[in-house]
Amino acid sequence: MKRFLVSAAVAAIAFAASVHAQDMAIVNATVAVGDGGEPIRGGPVVVRGGKVVAAGAGVAVPAGVTTIDAQGRWVTPGLVAAITDLGLLDVDAVGESNDFGKGNGPFGAALDAASAINPAAQPIAVSRAGGVTRAAVVPAASGTIFAGQGAVIDLGADPQAITRARAFQYVELGENGATQAGGSRLTAHALLRNALREAGDLARGVREPLRSSKPAAPIETGDDLPLPQPTTARNDDVLLTRYDAAALIPVVAGRQPLYVHVDRASDIRAVLGLRREFPALRLVIVGANEGWLAAADIAAAGVPIIAHGLVDLPNNFEDLAATHSNVGRMAAAGVKVALGTFRDNDQPRYAPQYAGNLVALTRLPGASGLTWGQAFAAISSVPAEILGMGERFGSLQPGRAGDVVIWDGDPLELTSGVVAVYIDGVAQPLVNHQTRLRDRYRTPIEGALPKAYDW
Amino acid sequence: MMAVGARFAAMGLALVLAGCASTGAKETKSNPTAEFDKNPYPSTYKPYPGASVALVGATVFDGAGARIENGTVLLRDGKVVGVGGADLAVPGGFTRIDGAGKFVTPGIIDVHSHLGNYPSPGVPAHSDGNEATDPTTPNVWAEHSVWPQDPGFSRAMANGGITSLQILPGSANLMGGRSVTLKNVPGRTVQSMKFPGAPYGFKMACGENPKRVYGGKSRIPSTRMGNFAVNRATWIKATEYRRKRDAGKQETRDLGMETLAGVLAGDILVHNHCYRADEMALVLDMAREFGYKVTAFHHAVESYKIGDMLKANNACSAIWADWWGFKMESYDGIPENAALLQNAGACVVIHSDDANGIQRLNQEAAKAQGDGRRMGIDIPDEQVMTWLTLNAARALGIDQQTGSLAPGKMADVVLWNGNPLSVYSRPEKVWVDGALLFDANDPKRRAVSDFELGQPGEGDVK
Repeated sequence: MKRFLVSAAVAAIAFAASVHAQDMAIVNATVAVGDGGEPIRGGPVVVRGGKVVAAGAGVAVPAGVTTIDAQGRWVTPGLVAAITDLGLLDVDAVGESNDFGKGNGPFGAALDAASAINPAAQPIAVSRAGGVTRAAVVPAASGTIFAGQGAVIDLGADPQAITRARAFQYVELGENGATQAGGSRLTAHALLRNALREAGDLARGVREPLRSSKPAAPIETGDDLPLPQPTTARNDDVLLTRYDAAALIPVVAGRQPLYVHVDRASDIRAVLGLRREFPALRLVIVGANEGWLAAADIAAAGVPIIAHGLVDLPNNFEDLAATHSNVGRMAAAGVKVALGTFRDNDQPRYAPQYAGNLVALTRLPGASGLTWGQAFAAISSVPAEILGMGERFGSLQPGRAGDVVIWDGDPLELTSGVVAVYIDGVAQPLVNHQTRLRDRYRTPIEGALPKAYDW
Repeated sequence: MMAVGARFAAMGLALVLAGCASTGAKETKSNPTAEFDKNPYPSTYKPYPGASVALVGATVFDGAGARIENGTVLLRDGKVVGVGGADLAVPGGFTRIDGAGKFVTPGIIDVHSHLGNYPSPGVPAHSDGNEATDPTTPNVWAEHSVWPQDPGFSRAMANGGITSLQILPGSANLMGGRSVTLKNVPGRTVQSMKFPGAPYGFKMACGENPKRVYGGKSRIPSTRMGNFAVNRATWIKATEYRRKRDAGKQETRDLGMETLAGVLAGDILVHNHCYRADEMALVLDMAREFGYKVTAFHHAVESYKIGDMLKANNACSAIWADWWGFKMESYDGIPENAALLQNAGACVVIHSDDANGIQRLNQEAAKAQGDGRRMGIDIPDEQVMTWLTLNAARALGIDQQTGSLAPGKMADVVLWNGNPLSVYSRPEKVWVDGALLFDANDPKRRAVSDFELGQPGEGDVK
C-alpha cells in the first residue's frame, strides 16, 4: 500500500499531471459528505475508477489503493457553482474576450453555452484552485428575455469541459426581463408565454415526420434536440425563429429545467403561476431576493431557488425586502436553496465565504441562517440536484463522481484554503496566472536579471 | 462646539496667510482670494449620549497592533479612557459588559466608499458619484452628492462595524474632486455626519477609466500618455495659481484651483485610484515633479510588485483582498497582495468600494491573512486588524482622533461575538463616540433610513 502525506501527494500531482483517475483512500480527515449532514471526524473517503465508493465513519480502507493521510485536514466534495460565466470570458471588460453577452445576434433561446466554453480560460483555473469542480454556465440575456441554454462543466485541466450541454434554459423576467423585452414586465411575460406556445406547436408539428422515418427519439435534455424538418409548415405570425422555438421544446415538455430570474415577491408568484398554463415546466427561480415573503408559496410549488445569500440592500425597487436572512427563512419554510449567482465580483471561489456567512446568522438574535451542513450542501449537492444531476456529482455519497477537495481547515472559514483537488478521481494542478505572479514577486526587487527571467 | 472651533481655526489660518502675503509684498490692499471661508459646509456632528461602559473579559485588538487577552476597555464621555488587562480597575459608575469569548476592536474604517453618492436603490436618478463631463473636476465636492438616507450606511454598521468612512467621487475623471470623511451616524444632513476636523481628500484616477470615458467622447485623454499630459498641465496651472495667490495677485476665486492649491500645500490628501504598478511609479514621479504627496493608492492590485517603492514613498495601498480579472488593469491581481506588502514593510489598508463589501472588510482581511499564511507569511490577527483601523485612519488623517483604542481617543468601538477574522462572527454592539448605535440583542437599537420606512422588510429589521 502506497501511503502519502497530503503535501507529498500534491507534489506528485505537480509533475505527473496524471490524466488517469487515481484509486485512493483519503484517511485521517474531517469529512463533509455534502448531503446536508454535519462533518464527520476521521472518516475515510474511498475513490475508485473515478467515482466515490464510500465516505464517512466506519468505512473500511480497501487493499491496493493509494492511501493519502490528510493529517486531520478537511475533505469535501468539490464545490458546485450554480450559475457562472466560467469559460465564457477571459476578462469581463475586454469585449473581444467576452462571450457572456450575445450582443445583437438574432437568436435567444437557441444559444448554446457549450459551443463557446474555453476550458483553458484563467477564471476556470483560478476557480479550480478555489475548490470549485463543477459549474453551470450560461450567458447573459441581451436584447431578448432568453439567455439561452446553459451548460454544466467540470473544471478539470483538460480539453473536455462539458458534463452536460443544454442542461437548462435561462430566462429573465422582473426588471431586467422588462428591459430586455422592450420596457415592461407585461411584455416580458407575453413574450415568454408566446414562446412556450410556439415551441409546443412546433413540437406537435415535428412529431409526425419523425415518427414516419424512425421511432421518436426521447427529448431528454436538449442534447438530442430534433430540429424540425424544413418542410414542416409553421404559421406566418410566429415571433420566434424556428431554431429558437425548437430549443424551447424540451422546456415546455418538462425535460429541460427552466431557470427564471426574478427577485420581487410578486414576480416570484407570477412565475409560479406559469405552471397553470404550462403544467410540465420544471421551474427553478434564480435571485429571489424577496423570496422569504413568498416562501410558503414557493415551498408548496416545490420550486427550488438559487439565491445569492448576502444581498441585504434595496438595490432596485424589486429588492426592497432584501435581507441576509432570506435563504435561512426560505429553507426553514421547506424550500430547496442553492447559493448563486457567481459572476463579476461574486467569484465562484467565494462560495464558501457566502455559505459561512449564513452559518454566522444562526448566532445572531432575530436572524435566520443555515446549519453548517445545510450551508455546505447549498454549494455542493443542492445545486447539482437542481440541475437534475445530484446522482452524478455534488456529494461524497457512493457512486458520485470522484470530485474531491482537501482543505487546510474548515472550508467555510475565511483563512482556509485548498490543498488538493480531484475531478473524476484525477488529481488536478492548482497552478495558474495568479500563483505564478505570486511566486515571481515573492521578492519584488530584481536580482542578477530582470524579473522577466524568473519563471 | 467642536465644529465651530474647527471652522474658526481654518479661517484663522487663512487670515494668517493673507497677512504674510501682504507683508512680504508690501501691499496694503486686501486679498479676497486668500480670505475665503475654507470650511463653508462645516460639520454639525455632535456625539450622541452614551453611558460609561466597561468592556471586560474580551480579547482586545487595539487597532495599533497589540492584542490583550482578557482585556478591559473603558468608555466614558465619548472617549476611550482606559485600555488594559484584567488588572485594570473598573471605576465606580461604569456599566460592566461581559466580553468573555468575545472580541473588542476599534470601529472599522473604510477609506473607499460611495455610500450616499451611489446609494441604494441604484436607480439612475441616484447616480451622483461621477461628474463625467470633464476629465478634471477638482471643483466638485463629494459631500454635495451624499444622500444621508442611503440604506447602505446602516448595513455597514450592523454587519461590518463601520464607524468612519471616506466618500469619494468616482473614477471617471483624472481628478474627480474632493472627498468627505463621515462618522457612520445617521443624520438629516450630510453636515451632521461629517467627521469633525477631518482633512479633505482629493480623488484622482489612473489608467483605463478616464481614457475610456473621454476617449469615447473623442477628446483628450484617450491614452495613458494623455492621462499624464492632462494631469501635468493641470498641476502647472495650479502651481501658477498658488504662486499668484500667495503673492496677493489672484483676484478671482477658482473652486478647482483652491482644491489643487490645498493639495500642493499638503492640507488635502491625495487618494489615487491606480491598479498597475508601472503607473503608480509614474504617479510617484509626477507627485515629486509638482511637490505633492500621494497618501494612498486605491484598488492597487499590483502593489505587491513595488512594495519597496511604496514603502520608500510612505504611500499606503488601499486594496481588496482578492478582486481580480474584471478589467484588463486588474488582471495581475493576486490574493497575496496584502501579505506581500506587509512583508515589504509597506502600509496596507483594506477597502471596499462596494456597498456589500463594506459590510465585510473584516472578512476580506481574514482571507488575505490566510492567503499570506499559505505562502509562508504569517501575520498575527492583531496586525491584520490594523489594516482596517489605524492604518485606515492614518490614510484619512484622522489617526489622532480614532482608529485605535487608546485613552483620549474617540470611543468608536465594536464588540464582536467572536473573532472578527472568522466568518462566523458579527458585530454584537457598536459605539460611535461612546454612543451605542447598534446592538444585535436589541431590535430597536438599529437605524432604519427614511427610504425604508413602511417598505417590506423595513430596512432589514423585520
